[in-house]
Amino acid sequence: MAEPLLKVDGLHAGYGAVEILRGIALAVDEGEIVAVLGSNGAGKTTLNNVLSGLLRAWRGSICFEGEVIANRPPQAIVERGIIQVPEGRSIFPTLTVRENLELGSYRRARARRAANFDRACAIFPRLRERLGQFAGTLSGGEQQMLAIGRAVMAEPRLLILDEPSLGLSPRLVEEMFGLIARLNEEGCTILLVEQNVMQTLTIADHAFVLENGMVTLSGSAPAVMDDATLKRSYLGI
Amino acid sequence: MVEAAIIVPAILNGLTTGAVYALVALGLTLIYGVLHIINFAHGALLMVALYGVYFLYALAGIDPYLALPIMIPAMFALGYLLQRYVIGRAGHGKDENVMLVTLGLSIVIENLALYLWSSDTRTIETAYGFATVDLGVALIAVPKAVAFVGALAITAVLWALMRWTDLGKAIRALARERRGAQLVGIDVEHLYAVSFGIGIACLGAAACLLLPSYYASPHIGSAFVLIAFTIVVLGGMGSFIGALVGGLIIGVTESLGGLFLGESLGKIGVFLIFIAVLLFRPTGLFGQRV
Ligand SMILES: Nc1ncnc2c1ncn2[C@@H]1O[C@H](COP(=O)(O)OP(=O)(O)OP(=O)(O)O)[C@@H](O)[C@H]1O
Ligand SMILES: [Mg+2]
Repeated sequence: MAEPLLKVDGLHAGYGAVEILRGIALAVDEGEIVAVLGSNGAGKTTLNNVLSGLLRAWRGSICFEGEVIANRPPQAIVERGIIQVPEGRSIFPTLTVRENLELGSYRRARARRAANFDRACAIFPRLRERLGQFAGTLSGGEQQMLAIGRAVMAEPRLLILDEPSLGLSPRLVEEMFGLIARLNEEGCTILLVEQNVMQTLTIADHAFVLENGMVTLSGSAPAVMDDATLKRSYLGI
Repeated sequence: MVEAAIIVPAILNGLTTGAVYALVALGLTLIYGVLHIINFAHGALLMVALYGVYFLYALAGIDPYLALPIMIPAMFALGYLLQRYVIGRAGHGKDENVMLVTLGLSIVIENLALYLWSSDTRTIETAYGFATVDLGVALIAVPKAVAFVGALAITAVLWALMRWTDLGKAIRALARERRGAQLVGIDVEHLYAVSFGIGIACLGAAACLLLPSYYASPHIGSAFVLIAFTIVVLGGMGSFIGALVGGLIIGVTESLGGLFLGESLGKIGVFLIFIAVLLFRPTGLFGQRV
């Protein structure tokens, strides 16, 4: 069996003295969409931030392409191709849409900036119409597109999306899931954190359910969808 | 009625001084805009730069203008190291700490200068020191004309750097969105230090342009720091164009104040502007409204 692209084992992390992640284990295979589900406060964003190097891992291992990357600085992690689109988007409000996209390739894939720029504009035609506009003046949905477009500029090996459908209209949510599936078909491995359980499991290959900083359920997406516990806790059936 | 023959040269002189003030203020406003700290050591570091230019001339015979390619990188390096290993480390991310550190630094630097170089004022004599250019409406001292053109040119280069290069874009990005910057792979601590270094490099350039018509002394910094703060407040904290326009306005105000009220009282105009801006337009001319 091939090594997974990302392998996390026994991961502990938290803020100050408060432990949030309490022994997370998960794996992401190349080419997959892997869903991370869990209710508010389960530790999903915390996990993403540890993976991106924004937050220190206390214990446990994180391996990416067979290399230990736990507690490497964020820029080293970006360099290896783990690109996160965070909750709240973190676009650069005082820069133009074009400049935001350009900075997506600040650390990685700079040589192919022009080609990736065209690609991002092809994926998000709405951004192309607004290249000169300050990113802070975009609508929420457009900002989300920009954040993903900026990530695409870095040619991610693993794209981490933290609740990309948050705050979008139902129609845009639909569009967003279609887009994630399309990015995946084009070869991008995706770690997808979501609250939108049904839609997420429809496009995902595998899923991990987080509760209180621990993985309480995992398996193939259809298996997780059938699980009684999940039905009870999320879907109310 | 005051003659135009007196006023025009005063305005032109004010503009030349103002351009150099703008360069000093530009460094201050850049540091504020990116690191969100007020660098109280700005004046002391300008003083260090002035001594640097002085000694390059006095000991090595290097003309102040030819010292530009030495002083700009040297002051950049000094600023980079200060931010990376002193201010950034000692601040522990708290703004009050950082203020105290820069204030402390300025006191240490000034006293060190006093100890090493005594309180004597140092001037240099250049072949062009007393030469003038005739602009038709007025005669302007050559060093002042060079300072004006040089300061504007350096400002333009800096503007282009901030506007067009990846480095400039990354600095502007970091100024507003630290997490986003980290997530595109910007080395945040390095870039903070680079920004501080650029702000201090402005002082290296200003010192080269100033010294032929000015002097170096251990306390010279404080005079500039007050003016630079006024410019930054007038132009709007963190505003690039504000620092430039503010610098020119303050230069002219000071010059006209000197003309009408005499050298010592002339500075009053500058502080009246300072107070008026704080009262009526606290965001400054080009500041963003909160
Ligand atoms: N900076 C912080 N300092 C202290 N505690 C924090 C911090 N950030 C998050 N927490 C706490 O960590 C826990 C997990 O938060 P996290 O953001 O990882 O949850 P989440 O699963 O992403 O939730 P949501 O679905 O609401 O985004 C929460 O109890 C939260 O209060
Ligand atoms: Mg979250």
